[in-house]
Amino acid sequence: MTHPLLAIRSLRAAYGKIEALKGVDLDINAGEIVALIGANGAGKSTLMMTIFGRPRARAGRIEFDGRDITGVPTHEIARLRIAQSPEGRRIFPRMSVAENLQMGADATDSSEADRASGLERVFALFPRLKERMTQRGGTLSGGEQQMLAIGRALMSRPRLLMLDEPSLGLAPLIARQIFDAIRTLNRQDGLTVLIVEQNANHALKLAHRGYVMVNGLITLSGTGSELLQRPEIRAAYLEGGRRE
Amino acid sequence: MSAPPADQTSRAPGAAFILKKALISAFVALVLFSLMIGVRTEAGPQGQLIYWTRFDDLAAMVAAVFVGSILMELLRQWWGPVDTVRVVPASVQSALSLVGRLVAPVLLVFTFLVPVLFYNERYILDLAILVLTYVMLGWGLNVVVGLAGLLDLGYVAFYAVGAYSYALLATNFGLSFWICLPLAGILAALWGVLLGFPVLRLRGDYLAIVTLAFGEIIRLVIINWQSLTGGPNGVTGIPRPTLFGIPLSPADDGLAALLGIEFSPTHRIVFLFYLILALALLTNWVTIRLRRLPIGRAWEALREDEVACRALGINTTTTKLTAFATGAMFGGFAGAFFATRQGFISPESFTFHESALVLAIVVLGGMGSQLGVALAALAMIGGFELFRGLDQYRMLVFGMAMVLLMIWRPRGLIGHRAPTVFLKRSQAISSDLVKEGHG
Repeated sequence: MTHPLLAIRSLRAAYGKIEALKGVDLDINAGEIVALIGANGAGKSTLMMTIFGRPRARAGRIEFDGRDITGVPTHEIARLRIAQSPEGRRIFPRMSVAENLQMGADATDSSEADRASGLERVFALFPRLKERMTQRGGTLSGGEQQMLAIGRALMSRPRLLMLDEPSLGLAPLIARQIFDAIRTLNRQDGLTVLIVEQNANHALKLAHRGYVMVNGLITLSGTGSELLQRPEIRAAYLEGGRRE
Repeated sequence: MSAPPADQTSRAPGAAFILKKALISAFVALVLFSLMIGVRTEAGPQGQLIYWTRFDDLAAMVAAVFVGSILMELLRQWWGPVDTVRVVPASVQSALSLVGRLVAPVLLVFTFLVPVLFYNERYILDLAILVLTYVMLGWGLNVVVGLAGLLDLGYVAFYAVGAYSYALLATNFGLSFWICLPLAGILAALWGVLLGFPVLRLRGDYLAIVTLAFGEIIRLVIINWQSLTGGPNGVTGIPRPTLFGIPLSPADDGLAALLGIEFSPTHRIVFLFYLILALALLTNWVTIRLRRLPIGRAWEALREDEVACRALGINTTTTKLTAFATGAMFGGFAGAFFATRQGFISPESFTFHESALVLAIVVLGGMGSQLGVALAALAMIGGFELFRGLDQYRMLVFGMAMVLLMIWRPRGLIGHRAPTVFLKRSQAISSDLVKEGHG
């Protein structure tokens, strides 16, 4: 097997004295959907942000396509075409949908043709956004904002797309649409996706492989269906949330 | 999501609520004014303290606040809550939008004609130049505050740097205005970057405090660096601008003599008018162009969400620095113009008052709106002159007008922002697109 697209080795990160990642190992192979599940405060979002260099890793190593990116500045990591749709969507509320999407392409040196084809791709995936082109981002519904956040990330023609809780606060039907879109992206374009979710059931059904995170450590990993069938996954998932 | 009925009734406050609010306001006014108005102090002939009371004035003020508070509440009820949507008939709406689209071109044409229409009214011409100077400053600061969302309370520093750059270069080295103008802009931009570096990590209130301090530092340095800047005495004898080398003077090589017309001092005023108009329009044009480029988009995105910006690969450091530098550069241009117009500058022209005024113009105009800023500059500077007849009550009337404006138009005169990305052709939305998704 060739080397994975993203390789994380014994990664540690902390906020002040509070250690959020206590030695995480994780691999993402090209063309895969990988789900990272776990309870609130398990360190899922921190892991995603540490890949982007905020917070910086205290120890360990992050390799993207064989290159060590542990110390690379945040904005340059995005230029390697790792895109993320951050937690809480974080679209630009006063800017129009079209401007929001363009922002996604601005950092990577995209030609006009790249931008046009990028827009086309996003609109094919989320026709709703095309209708809303000139509307301000803040006036969109929650589901549309999530589509916009994903669309914005796609505009940089990413090699790795990282999604933080894309189903958060969405009606089940809309969440299903979002998951379907991710599946489409993966099947059609072979896009590699890391998806962080609390909605374990959905995420593991979608993913090829999954990791379970508890208190800053990966406790379980396996294929999506494998994890879904294991009795302790439910337990592990709930355990992190209930115990203090 | 249904609100309890108690909430419904409390939305329309009763007489008791209004009375209570008015009483509280009156009490605050009493506490505030008891010393400010109730007691008048003065130094006597031998330097001793003389004071007398003015309780009738105090009573009148408190009563005015009381009645005013009641009136304000009633007005508010009459208008309905601030966020209610008032239904405007479609015909009125379309007429309004037409007027809205015409405002900018009409204003521009009128501005071009001002020297023609008011050729013999020196006062109006001077006022127009002053207004345009503030329009330009407002547009310059708009880049920093309106677009990039960096609250800058020390903008006058760049105005001062520009003014002193031109004044010192022209008086010491005899450089012409047209060479000094870009130099003043570059120097101001440099200072913008210098300010930018230490404040990169600051946001909101903290940024405001540091920029405020920066403005004061520049002013204090100018006052105290006597050997270079002349200290409080300022710089005198700053050369007047020339029309690319042709002086606007009664001399034989002056413009009037060359054109074979009689010399009039108004020529220079008209020239200065078109000069500042050109500079202001340049500012506007550059800003509009930049907004459509990735850098301008990055400024606006930075205002909206810094974290998201970083996640999208925007280098927030350079983005902030370019915003500071661009805004400062326009401030520097305006400063150089100010110096050549006045012929004399001193630190007194660059107090915090100026920064506050320019910031007020940007905020009142609606952050990020070019037309709004121009209208606000006209209203602020022109309106201030308009109220000149009110003497000492001028500030009061003015303050009240600003408060009312902020109540009714909290986002400024022109609160919406124009989108910068358009569809290539108008888009017909097919029905299959509309059906999909139920978001």
